[in-house]
This record gives sequence, structure tokens and C-alpha cells, in this order.
Amino acid sequence: MEGFQLSGLLYLVATALFILGIKRLSKVRTARSGNQLAAVGMLLAVVVTLVAPEGQVQLSWTTVLLGLAIGAGLGAVMAKRVKMTGMPEMVALLNGFGGLASTVVALAEFWGRYEMHHGDFVGPNSPADVSNILLGGDIWAVAIVLSVLIGTVTFTGSLMAMGKLSGKISGNPVLLPGRHLLTAILLLGGLAAGFYGVFAAEGSMATTLLFTLCGAAAIFGVTSVLPIGGADMPVVVSLLNSYSGLAASMAGFVIGNSLLIVAGALVGASGLILTMVMCKAMNRSLANVLVGGFGESSSGGGGGGGGADEYTGVKSAGPEEAAMILESAASVIFVPGYGMAVAQAQHVVKELGEEMERRGAEVRYAIHPVAGRMPGHMNVLLAEADVPYEQLWELERINGEFKTTDVTVIIGANDVVNPDAIENPQSPIAGMPILNAHESGTVLMIKRSLSAGYAGIKNPLFERDNTFMCFGDGKGFLVDVLSELKES
Amino acid sequence: MTLLLMLFVFMLAIAVGNELISKVPPTLHTPLMSGANAISGITIVGALMCAQFTDGLVSQILGVVAIALATINVVGGFMVTDRMLGMFASKKKSKEK
Repeated sequence: MEGFQLSGLLYLVATALFILGIKRLSKVRTARSGNQLAAVGMLLAVVVTLVAPEGQVQLSWTTVLLGLAIGAGLGAVMAKRVKMTGMPEMVALLNGFGGLASTVVALAEFWGRYEMHHGDFVGPNSPADVSNILLGGDIWAVAIVLSVLIGTVTFTGSLMAMGKLSGKISGNPVLLPGRHLLTAILLLGGLAAGFYGVFAAEGSMATTLLFTLCGAAAIFGVTSVLPIGGADMPVVVSLLNSYSGLAASMAGFVIGNSLLIVAGALVGASGLILTMVMCKAMNRSLANVLVGGFGESSSGGGGGGGGADEYTGVKSAGPEEAAMILESAASVIFVPGYGMAVAQAQHVVKELGEEMERRGAEVRYAIHPVAGRMPGHMNVLLAEADVPYEQLWELERINGEFKTTDVTVIIGANDVVNPDAIENPQSPIAGMPILNAHESGTVLMIKRSLSAGYAGIKNPLFERDNTFMCFGDGKGFLVDVLSELKES
Repeated sequence: MTLLLMLFVFMLAIAVGNELISKVPPTLHTPLMSGANAISGITIVGALMCAQFTDGLVSQILGVVAIALATINVVGGFMVTDRMLGMFASKKKSKEK
């Protein structure tokens, strides 16, 4: 009994460390220590579980050490190898593993009970069965179903999101015919199978039904991410992060562990809030994002629609002209977008910024909250390139500054500078806050082609009189501009 | 612990989670998401508890898989977050020089 109380107390300490950690993670100055505090909390939780598990169960050390060694090895290698530009995919993948782990915990718990009775599963309310269940049979069974469902959806959904982020799966929304009916059938059918399996089925039928739930949830995860465009993946990853927290919480109800319940719920709630913050930045509701198909309607002739080939009066500039324009600029704002991440251009952008500063120009970077594929994606990349923190300006702060700025250099950003959002109420992105780059004296738009951004809509900024399109790979073009500038 | 208490704890944890991150600068959104993701790897404790069923092969295999997956989530998550935040920190230090 003593061990049980001590472990409970230490779990409380771990919980406090998680709360403090999240708190500190929300301030720049304390963020790193916050992450470390949370990691210490996790280590404490694992050690306590190994030394004095709640309920004083006997652990199988081979199983434990094998699992820990494999996981720690793979996790460390992945974390060390990943490039900063690949961070969004990495978070999605790790999140998927967490979700799958919760599913497997519930399955193992179920299977353990099943094997204990030599393949004769007799339902959660049989007197022989509840002896080891801390919370009583019904809750145990419901939690198993929910944990398997949420965990599996998190897993396949995260893999889909990762595929779309890395470009391995087309970023375009894929709209299956009758998809709403399909997802409803999958969800309800899977739940029905799961509940019948844990409550009413006997013997091997129970496990078969539980695997049916697994399969249905896996397909549900895929089909619910499929119709969502690549640009909305940050929101999806954040929401799935919230799901994986909930899955862990449900797994906590399965094994009757308060630490899992609390930590899982913390992540579930904070993930949901972060998701809302991101939706707000795009001026869309969460439901609107999840229904998907965003950008598809515009090709049907909507107000802001039109193919990419319909541009007229586009002016383009080569590296020499761009350098000449920059030479006479007294103030420059850089607007980075996903294209900068793809081209790995953050270092040369920073060099160009330094060169401009050396020439006495005022240099700032305008960061749109949803630029790139993750909130804060641009901040991370520019921080990697050692751009001073105070040169990074957020949308609200910088938007009044464009009017008095000579040159705005846009590197691989598109939808976040589309003036249609404020000028054309019929545009699909009407009302989305944008960076008012079009108000500055000259706009240099570095982009590979006139193709549309992730919202799949036309950007009238390309045709503006003060815009020069600079076609080319972001990095290559900027290297040329920089050498021109240094020569002059 | 009774079910009612656990539900109480669940509800309060959600409320705390809500309050904790109401104000976060966009700079920190990615590290925060990544850090929270690592914390959701707490299911590792559940995975370890699963290893108690030593009498069945299938549940043992499931136990190893669950522990490995959760550990990847935990170790990878915290390390990746630290790497991201480390870049903010090193920048600050180089400026102080």
C-alpha cells in the first residue's frame, strides 16, 4: 500500500512539472526551460512506473527494456537527423506514433484479459474478469473503444498530414463522391462493432470486432484528411495533436491511471486552443477547414476565381534589375513564405538583409501567422539563419509600415499577400488577414511561376503596376541579386 | 480512485489546459505544439503498465510495440522541441557578446 501512495504522490509532482512546462513554453524567454521541465516530469513518471507502479503490478523487464531501447534509439536518431524545414512533417509523424501507442495500450489491455482466460473472453461484467480492473467493467470497456478509435484516427490522419506536408501525397483536396455518407458509415459502423465487441460478444468474436473498429477508424482517419488542402495541414496537425492527448487520456481511463488522464487532457485542451488560434488567423471556422475542399469552388467562376494563365500586364525582373531596385531602397521588408522553406533560402535571405543594412537601409521581416506549413514555421527558419529576433515583425505590428516602405521582397509567399482578401468580397479568402505588401513602393515577388498558391486562387498582386515578378528558384535568384549588389 | 474523481480530474485538467495557452506569441506555436505533443507521449506509462501481462505472447508483443511507439514520441518530441528552442537561445547569447 505504501508503494502505491508514494507513486501517486510522485505522479502529482510529474503533473505539476507538465503544467509548469506548458506555462513556460508559452514565453520566449522561458520556453526552453519549460520543455526541459516537462521532459524531467516525463522521466520521473517513467521511473516511478518502473520502480513502483500503481497497484504494484509485476513488470516484465524484457518487454520493458526492449521497448524502451527501440523507442529511445529511433526517437533520438529521428530528432537529430530531421532538418528544420522538415519539422512540420516530423511533428505530424511523432504525433501519429503517440496516437498509435494509445491504441496499442488499449488493445494490449484487452488482449491480456482475453489471454488470461485462455481465449475465452467473457465480457467486462463477468465477476471473474473485473478483479484487475480499477474502474469497473463498463467504463473500462467504453474507454477501450474510445482509446482505440481516437488513437487510430490520430495515427492514420497524422500519416496523411505528413504525406501532404512533404508532398508525397498531393496537397490538393481530394473529394470522394459521397464522402460524408462514407465517413458517417465508417464512424458509426466502427463504433457499433467496437461496443458490441467489448460488451456483448464472446470468445474470438470480441477481438475480431475490436479489430473491425481499428480498421474502420484507420480508414476514417485517411478519408477525413484527404479532402483538406495542403495549406490547412497545420490546423489538421494541431487538431490531431489534441486528439492524441485525448487518446492518452482515454488510455488512462482504461488502466485507471490518473497521470495519463491529466496529462492527456492538458494536451487535448491546449491543442484545441492552438487549433482555434490558427483558424482565427485564417479567418475561418474549424468546421470550414474540416469539411475541406477549400479552393475547389474558385475554379467554378467565383468572384476571385480564374486560372493561373489569365494574368495580364505582368512585369518581370531579373536579378540585375532587382539589385538595382534594392540599391536605391532606404527601407526593405522581407515577406517569407513556404517557398523560402522549400528552397532553403533562409540563409541567403539573411545575408541579403545584412547587405541592405550595411548600405544603411532599414530591414524588417514580416511574419504572417500562417505563412509556411506551421504557425511559427518562418520564425524557426529565420532563427536558424540567425536573423535578429527584433527584426521579425508580426502581422498587426507591420501592416501599417508597408505604406512607408520602399521595397517589399516576397520570397515564396502567395496567399498571405493576396490583396483580394481585403478588396474582393467574393473571393474565397475574403476577410483573411493579409500582409499589405501591395501598399509598399515596389514589390519584388520571387516565385518559380505564376501558379496559384495553396488556396488555388488568382493573386491580383502579380499584375499590379508596382509589382515585379522575379521568376526562379528563391535561393538561386537571391544569390544572384546579392552578388550584383556586392559588385556595385 | 473512483470514477467520479477521475472525471473531476479530467475536467479540471481540460480547464487548466485552456487557461495555460491562451496567450502565446506565434513564434512559439510550433515549439509549443511539438512540446505538447511530447507530453501526450505520457501514454508511455500506460504502455509500461501493459507489460504486466506476462502470461501471453500476443500481449507481450503488443506491450513492446506500445512502449517503443510511445518512447519514440517522448524522446523524439522533447529533443526536437529542444533543438528548435535552442536556436532562439543561441541567437540571444551571440547578441550578448
